[in-house]
Amino acid sequence: MTFAVLSGFLAAVVVPFLPRFGRYGTGRTVALVPAALTAYFGSYIQPVGAGETFRTSYAWAPALRVEFSLHLDGLGLLFALLVSGIGALVAIYAGGYLSGHRHLGRFYGFLLFFMASMLGVVLADNMLTLFVFWELTSLTSYLLIGFDHEREESRKAAWQALLVTGGGGLALLAGLLMLGEAAGTMELSELASRGGDVRSHALYLPILLLILLGAFTKSAQFPFHFWLPSAMEAPAPVSAYLHSATMVKAGVYLLARLSPAMAGTDAWWYLVTLGGTATMVCGAYLALCGTDLKRILAYSTVSALGVLVMLLGMGSVLAAQAAMVFLLAHALYKGALFMVAGAVDHETGSRDVDRLGGLWRAMPVTAAAAVLAALSMAGIAPFFGFLGKEMLLEASLESGGRWFLLPVVVLAGAVFVAVACMAGFRVFFGSSLPTPKQPHEAPLSLWLGPLLASAVGLALGLFASYAAAWIVSPAATAILGERTGHQPLKLALWHGLTPALALSGGSILLGLLVYANRGRILQMNRRLEVLLRHGPAWWYDLALGGLNRFALAQTRLLQTGYLRHYLLVIFAATVGLSGYVLIGSVELPARLLGPEIRFHEAALAGLLLLAALAAVRSSTRLAAVAALGVVGYGVALVFILYGAPDLAMTQFAIETLTVILLVLVLYRLPRYAVLSSRWVRIRDAAFALVTGATVTALVLAAVHGPAYESVSRYYAERSFAEAHGRNIVNVILVDFRALDTLGEITVLAVAAVGVHALLKLRPKNREDAA
Amino acid sequence: MNFLLLLPILIPLSAAAVSLLAWRRGPVQRRLGLLGTSALFVAGAALLLHVRSHGIQAVQIGSWPAPYGITLVADLFAAIMVLVAGFMGLLIAVYSCGSIDARREQFGYYPLLHILLAGVCGAFLTGDLFNLYVWFEVMLIASFVLLSLGGERAQLEGAIKYVTLNLISSALFLTAVAIVYGATGTLNLADLHAKIQGLPRGIALLPAMLFLVAFGIKAAIFPLFFWLPASYHTPPVAVSALFAALLTKVGVYALVRMFTLLFAEDAWTFNLLLAISALTMVTGVLGAIAQNEVRRLLSFHIISQIGYMVMGLALFGLASDGPAAVLALAATIFYIVHNIVAKTNLFLVSGIAARLRGTYELPNLGGLYSDRPGLAFLFLISALSLAGLPPLSGFFAKLSLIQAGLRLQQYEIVAVALAVSLLTLLSMTKIWTGAFWKPAPGGNGAGDSAISPGRYGLLLAPVIVLAAAAVILGLGAGPFFDLSVRAAEQLHDPTEYLRAVLGDLK
Repeated sequence: MTFAVLSGFLAAVVVPFLPRFGRYGTGRTVALVPAALTAYFGSYIQPVGAGETFRTSYAWAPALRVEFSLHLDGLGLLFALLVSGIGALVAIYAGGYLSGHRHLGRFYGFLLFFMASMLGVVLADNMLTLFVFWELTSLTSYLLIGFDHEREESRKAAWQALLVTGGGGLALLAGLLMLGEAAGTMELSELASRGGDVRSHALYLPILLLILLGAFTKSAQFPFHFWLPSAMEAPAPVSAYLHSATMVKAGVYLLARLSPAMAGTDAWWYLVTLGGTATMVCGAYLALCGTDLKRILAYSTVSALGVLVMLLGMGSVLAAQAAMVFLLAHALYKGALFMVAGAVDHETGSRDVDRLGGLWRAMPVTAAAAVLAALSMAGIAPFFGFLGKEMLLEASLESGGRWFLLPVVVLAGAVFVAVACMAGFRVFFGSSLPTPKQPHEAPLSLWLGPLLASAVGLALGLFASYAAAWIVSPAATAILGERTGHQPLKLALWHGLTPALALSGGSILLGLLVYANRGRILQMNRRLEVLLRHGPAWWYDLALGGLNRFALAQTRLLQTGYLRHYLLVIFAATVGLSGYVLIGSVELPARLLGPEIRFHEAALAGLLLLAALAAVRSSTRLAAVAALGVVGYGVALVFILYGAPDLAMTQFAIETLTVILLVLVLYRLPRYAVLSSRWVRIRDAAFALVTGATVTALVLAAVHGPAYESVSRYYAERSFAEAHGRNIVNVILVDFRALDTLGEITVLAVAAVGVHALLKLRPKNREDAA
Repeated sequence: MNFLLLLPILIPLSAAAVSLLAWRRGPVQRRLGLLGTSALFVAGAALLLHVRSHGIQAVQIGSWPAPYGITLVADLFAAIMVLVAGFMGLLIAVYSCGSIDARREQFGYYPLLHILLAGVCGAFLTGDLFNLYVWFEVMLIASFVLLSLGGERAQLEGAIKYVTLNLISSALFLTAVAIVYGATGTLNLADLHAKIQGLPRGIALLPAMLFLVAFGIKAAIFPLFFWLPASYHTPPVAVSALFAALLTKVGVYALVRMFTLLFAEDAWTFNLLLAISALTMVTGVLGAIAQNEVRRLLSFHIISQIGYMVMGLALFGLASDGPAAVLALAATIFYIVHNIVAKTNLFLVSGIAARLRGTYELPNLGGLYSDRPGLAFLFLISALSLAGLPPLSGFFAKLSLIQAGLRLQQYEIVAVALAVSLLTLLSMTKIWTGAFWKPAPGGNGAGDSAISPGRYGLLLAPVIVLAAAAVILGLGAGPFFDLSVRAAEQLHDPTEYLRAVLGDLK
């Protein structure tokens, strides 16, 4: 199983180089990988249907509770079959759709990479491993939406999808980690039995909200649905595969997977069911108002995802079973319809439902595939979609007190019928309309995928009892966990004249009515457009723009480009932090001046102060340099007074040299002028005083007196005895702490190189760009 | 095996000395550059292996016993950092061979590179407060000369800000050293560990604050980071990459060392660090979002990610139980290594892109996804790693920090860290869109599309190695993180460190 998941990644690395070998790089070759995987997972149908589960596990980063563990049960198997099966169809389809594209190899690479990641999502047992794959699907989705990367719309749509799903992903990460903490395990297979701990945990609600953020963004739930229609910038195979059949169902998968541990609370019911219902309604309305075939399908996908989430929110046995039937049906018919839409676009050059018609004459096979898929979507017997819709209605009927769900569901069903009419019939029947390209029947690769998908939809409907027993039931059992109560699912096309059947028929009639009045709805929509313009997408743009403006303003404020501002901030930080400590927790000596202060000490201090003041106030540069020199000599005198003659000598030398050097370059410097305003000078003066006061206080605190014996006594004792030197300072420099001296010598050497280079190495031209 | 501790300092210093003797002989210096950095890399690996199996190693320079002489100490954290420094030195040396112009080469580029590495390794290995100051000075002067080497106007302007602000850091560092020495009479870090705990709280806190500002400037935390975005985009990109790899990380290293070994007791300090880490992450990433020049954008990201490293350190100090403290600190260590690998590579790739297109400005770049797919995917790996996408190194770095934060119930910092990682992703895709996906704007012939394959190979080889490292650190996160945990345990409980330095007497 591990190899099955990882093989897709291996293939993804190899495949981009295939087109170099000519005709072997066709879609059919690539499709072998998902086809083989489909067969592989198919072999698990029987044991899993009989109640077996499979698990493998490898250590990844145990300290972080990351385990590479995979777990195959009914739910995972249903998804794995969908992912690999539709993957095979899409691979064949893509070969025709993008034939001759210069980046076809890369496209296949991304596609297989996605497939492997998606398999990882649905088979991972460790929640963090699941998250790893989850993010990889977001990433491949980004790369595939932006596949047509030279168009700005594609890049923008890709970006939007990445940011929305990526943002949700981060919330999900936090949620999963907290869930793992609450449940005491990171393994999903163990989580199912810890529901009690989770639901009664103090952090249940935050965990739920974070996880829902992840699931809702991924599965395009209101109000995050807006990225999905934008993602239609991607080539049709991508829309069919990622953005209708598989990736967008990852959020649904996650909710299903976490149901045993988290479902059954009021918070779950309200958040999930109502979130799904809102999405269903919103998607249905927007689907009706579209004219672009792909966008219509995208919005109806949003609506269908809403249905699935709503069903998972209800939490009943019937609802879980309905969700799985609906999910399977939807993946098949919607994938097919997207592929059909792509084929139509490919052959005619248009996707506008109002400008297409009568295509069945030119494209009979494509039309057949479309009709089969549309019938399933509309919920007509004996297609699998019929069963999905019936179960949905039954589950809503059963929910009793929550009566408001029923009319909404019926209405959504009606919209599905109307959309099916648009996508499956309007385009192919009626009078022929002129198109940008003369329509031709699509090549085999373009109609094989949709035809097979919708045929499977028909077959599942015809053999519904087998589908129920082997595929749907095991999946539903995994969702229900302990609550299943063994209510085996029986699917049959005919179960008598039930209320659900009546409602189903009603919704079909209603749908036809809606379809007939589409013109009026479009007209009404135009009036509402002002309102709709400020939808979530508008807020997204506003937030992004605001973020950019804020970032710019903040950066201009902080990184002004003026060294003086930087100095100001750094000194302020120093003064602030040490001042806070000084005031709060240091006892300074009560008297600033000792009792035994002598005259020459006071005089020296006065001289230093006066010289510093003169340096600041002087009106010529020479005077300032001279005054600074006085400060330096004064400090040297202080060293002498307190018994450090060697320091004083160094200081004298440095000061003399500095003054001489400054005088040497004096005439090369720009004019000496006062550039700052009065206010700035006052501010700087105040600031300098505060900084000086702080440093003074620091010095006072430092002379607190050593609490321990200093190492210097050791130097005094050993200097002559062991190091054979009479000058302790010298011995420290060349023996006790010789490594310091080595470092300082190095500093001098580098400084010499630097001065040399600064003087001699001037830029001649800009030959060095990199 | 004492010489193992000396090698990381001796090798680059000798390489520098020999290179200086071969002044103006480009080919010799280039070979010495590769040889010296390779030797350093091997020495670093040997040191890490030795420390991993034999515990913390210490050597008393001149055989003067601690705390009177200078001690070099290699614990796992130091050894890891030395190895990474050697690794980066080698890769940058290779890249430099393909990108540094003959004139910079003649004015001492390679000796400076060696000396910078010596300073960095010295700072990692020293067990003495003043000696740390000396290595910081070596680093500062070498980096200053590297930064200004070439004398271009922008370089000099950046270098002035760089050196001024870093000298203030040095002055504060020295002040703090003076206070510590005044109060305790010792400079040996292991000796200071116990003695600082015996001081009144305020007297211990004062140098702690000064060290925070001094190393904070070096590490480029909020609000002390100004020198970094002011200077990193001005030198040749090999120099920017080297700085991005090592300089700020030495600052972080020093912060970690100070606040685990000397000032680990005060919760107030760590709350302060936590706030600083949040502000550093946010202001850094916002700065990056505001940029359109690739190197400036990357420079602001360095700041943002320093915030993550400080976050781990802050969480360490606030943790009430040992395992959580170790996890937080291990996260910081892992994050540092990951970040060096990812960030350096982004600089290197930006250099190649600029070589091909003649500019670092995003609006003028483009088309590289079609022209150089290999380069594009190598960039993507490092960029996504930086943004913390799984299964790359950045994901595990982020994951460990977030786990530590959640375990300590510091939800605010976790929220900030997650939000900033989304913004990081946003600005990484900005580069991806601008330089790779977008078609190249017409009429730009400044680039050097006909770059010779040999030279391109020299530029690309380090990029491939670093991208592979980002993948390996991710897919093989287990053993690497376990090593970080062990390093963090040594920092959390310094008994072994103290025994290695001071012997059993104390």
